[in-house]
Amino acid sequence: MTGLWAVLITTFLASAVEAIEMVTIVVGVGATRGWRSTLIGAASGFGVLAVVVVVLGAALSRVPIGPLRLIVGALLLTFGLQWFRKGIMRVAARGLAGIGGHDPTETAEWTEPGMDWTAWFLAFKGVVLEGLEVAFIVVTFGAGANNFAGAVVGGVGAVIIVGGIGLALHQSVRRIPRSLLQLIVGVLLSTFGTFWAIEGLGIDWPGGDAAIPGLLILYVATALTYITLERNRALGLRPAA
Amino acid sequence: MPPPFSWIVAIARFLYEFIVGDDWTVAAAIAIGLILSAVLNVNHIAAWWLIPVIVVVMLGISLRRASPR
Repeated sequence: MTGLWAVLITTFLASAVEAIEMVTIVVGVGATRGWRSTLIGAASGFGVLAVVVVVLGAALSRVPIGPLRLIVGALLLTFGLQWFRKGIMRVAARGLAGIGGHDPTETAEWTEPGMDWTAWFLAFKGVVLEGLEVAFIVVTFGAGANNFAGAVVGGVGAVIIVGGIGLALHQSVRRIPRSLLQLIVGVLLSTFGTFWAIEGLGIDWPGGDAAIPGLLILYVATALTYITLERNRALGLRPAA
Repeated sequence: MPPPFSWIVAIARFLYEFIVGDDWTVAAAIAIGLILSAVLNVNHIAAWWLIPVIVVVMLGISLRRASPR
């Protein structure tokens, strides 16, 4: 019984880290680009994931995750940097306009009848990569402890609970002005993209997963510095010689 | 343009917008940075710092280029 709880709690905590990354991407993209295409992308990701897990089963641990991390990380990073840059420019130009009301100059979210493939693609990639990592954790811990049932409950439980928290928070996220939200999501996508691309090359980060908050702090500091510089430039101020 | 050519063009356009966007130099710098990181790693030199440095530097260059003079 102790073994069951040990494998369940360990798998839950390890999976929760991956699930937080997955839910952050889906909620951030949904709030910025609109929910319909984002949720369809996330559902498509879970569909692909389910097929992969059912077809491969325990052989899943032999799938090379490195190349997948490199491709998904590089794509997230190059796309995230576009939002990072636009977010800096918009926040520098308008400050936090939109808080407490709607900023009429801000770009509206996707309202056309067709699919927003950008939102779909981002959500799909986030769910497939992070979902695969949760599946690896479940297979590895389950095989190691010879207790697949406990590992599956821990992994699936983490995704459901973290997903529920994301769902509960999505209304609060909607109140953030779109320019600031674009900057926040750009910083987050760039952070995860940098982390995964480097990991995908087989390079170890100092501190492992603890490098993610470090990267986040670096990119937030970068954003604040460039926003200040952009504002000073717009006002015609120059740094003292 | 008849399908499937129109689909291929649409997919290529989407991928270009998604990966490159409106400043190709940033995407090119990231690609070169990843190649350099792999080379450093093969030679057993710490390479985790290179991409974050490229991100910070290229953002500054890209913002400066995009700002009205």
